[in-house]
Amino acid sequence: MNVLTEPLLYGFMQRGMLAAVMVGILCAVVGCYVVLRGMAYLGDAMAHAILPGIAIAYLLKGEILVGALAAGIVVALGIGFLTRRGTIKEDTAIGILFAATLSLGVALISTIKTYALDLTHILFGNVLGVSETDLAVIALLSAGVLLVIILLYKELLVVSFDAVLAATLRLPTELLKHLLLILIAIVVVVSLQTVGVGLVAAMLVTPAATAYLLTRRLPSMMLVAALLGAAASVIGLYLSYYLNIVSGAAIVLTATGFFFLAYLFAPARGLVWHLQARRKHAARASDAAVPSE
Amino acid sequence: MAVRSPAHLQVNDVSVTYNHAARPALEHVTFGVPEGMRVAVVGPNGAGKSTLFKALVGLLPIQRGEILIHGVAFGAHQECVAYVPQREQVDWRFPVNVQDVVMMGRYGALGWFKQPGKHDRAIVARCLEQMGIAPLAARSIDELSGGQQQRVFLARALAQEPHILLMDEPFTGVDTTTQAATLALLDELKTQRVTLIVSTHDLNLAATHFDRVLLLNHRVIAYGAPAQTLTSENLLRAFGARAVLIENKIVVDECCPPEEERIESESE
Repeated sequence: MNVLTEPLLYGFMQRGMLAAVMVGILCAVVGCYVVLRGMAYLGDAMAHAILPGIAIAYLLKGEILVGALAAGIVVALGIGFLTRRGTIKEDTAIGILFAATLSLGVALISTIKTYALDLTHILFGNVLGVSETDLAVIALLSAGVLLVIILLYKELLVVSFDAVLAATLRLPTELLKHLLLILIAIVVVVSLQTVGVGLVAAMLVTPAATAYLLTRRLPSMMLVAALLGAAASVIGLYLSYYLNIVSGAAIVLTATGFFFLAYLFAPARGLVWHLQARRKHAARASDAAVPSE
Repeated sequence: MAVRSPAHLQVNDVSVTYNHAARPALEHVTFGVPEGMRVAVVGPNGAGKSTLFKALVGLLPIQRGEILIHGVAFGAHQECVAYVPQREQVDWRFPVNVQDVVMMGRYGALGWFKQPGKHDRAIVARCLEQMGIAPLAARSIDELSGGQQQRVFLARALAQEPHILLMDEPFTGVDTTTQAATLALLDELKTQRVTLIVSTHDLNLAATHFDRVLLLNHRVIAYGAPAQTLTSENLLRAFGARAVLIENKIVVDECCPPEEERIESESE
């Protein structure tokens, strides 16, 4: 048990662990919508697009979180706006914004002397730097986002599943879509410290994708995704402590490990089951093919 | 089903044109449907039947005219109208089961922030029973046959407890069990005075199961009781080259469906 308790003796590890678990759960739940609505690329682009906001806040010596949040919301609405007119394909629009904002952010940050270290932290997380205030902010924002998801569960479900019913029920579809983008922006900002801008997309996509293979209904998918996100964060942090690797990467690799396990062994949907079923089916077929005299 | 005051639908001089289209899909469409009436919408492929339904539900903007329910302009009555399209464009691999889908029909009545309760669950159970799919309640929707899926969406429309039910070709391309269930549903809804507007290719069905027939080909060719509407003259006018008079009987050829109509208001 020493192996498990030793890192938790340190205050920074306790805070980091709490932050990582909250972020893991939050990303997983919101990530269910990202996966089901095919927004993985969009989520990643939004994460990178926050970089200039962070850079500007940093340079102006203002609150990083505020700058990130402002940039996130601007980008969320911007992507929503760009993809509405239909002159460029959504894929292309995202690709362009992605590269442009990333370059702008890096350019701004490179003006600082310690830019290499700062950039690494922003891109890949600095979970050991989580302060008590940071923890409070993460907890508050996470609770807020989860509350919105619960309150608007029905409406987000219909908008994601059946656009025709959404129109028939007179749901404000565009508004809800923009709201979802803003929620994703907030999630990205909350995840800055634990996994960083570069890897938050993975935390949005991978636990939810794993849960998709293991469940059949959305509520259970969200629950399983949350559990997987939390577990990956805890295990990842332990790995990063003992193996001395960046926390964000360790967490994401753990989550990906879960995914491949599910991909292979998920009941009824896993690859292993499919191959077994095929073999059984082929055996039965060859038995039946034996002619009876 | 609670008996509320049934609706009167009035369509006045409605025109619908798709973006960049040369001619309107629907022109000067005017008709009124009294409470509890069953109307069959009949016409050749591409006549604008689906377009009419989408306009009635608010999925397509109308360029001219007005649609009134209870005498009030459409838009204020989200609980009034339920719509079952010809082909559901949903993500079949979405993690929902049959009960989840039918429960969505209750969301209009629930409004924002309220969660479904015992009353809603009872209604959902009854609608599943009515469409003969109660044993399938816990199944994922991608495990169902085409006919079963159709019945799920019919059950959902029922769960909305609508005043007006629109069905776009519910009898086309489904198995006989589903056809029978749908017919039984039409009879049941008649007793509950739900206004029904159903499009179909089956002229026999239109003549025998409906109070009025709306014969459509971009414009209203005829509207009235089946005997008055489904005359050789009207059918030839509506179906044009696709109708042939053989030994005093009209034979209608329903081949060559048009390209998929886009939903103009969709932004993705």
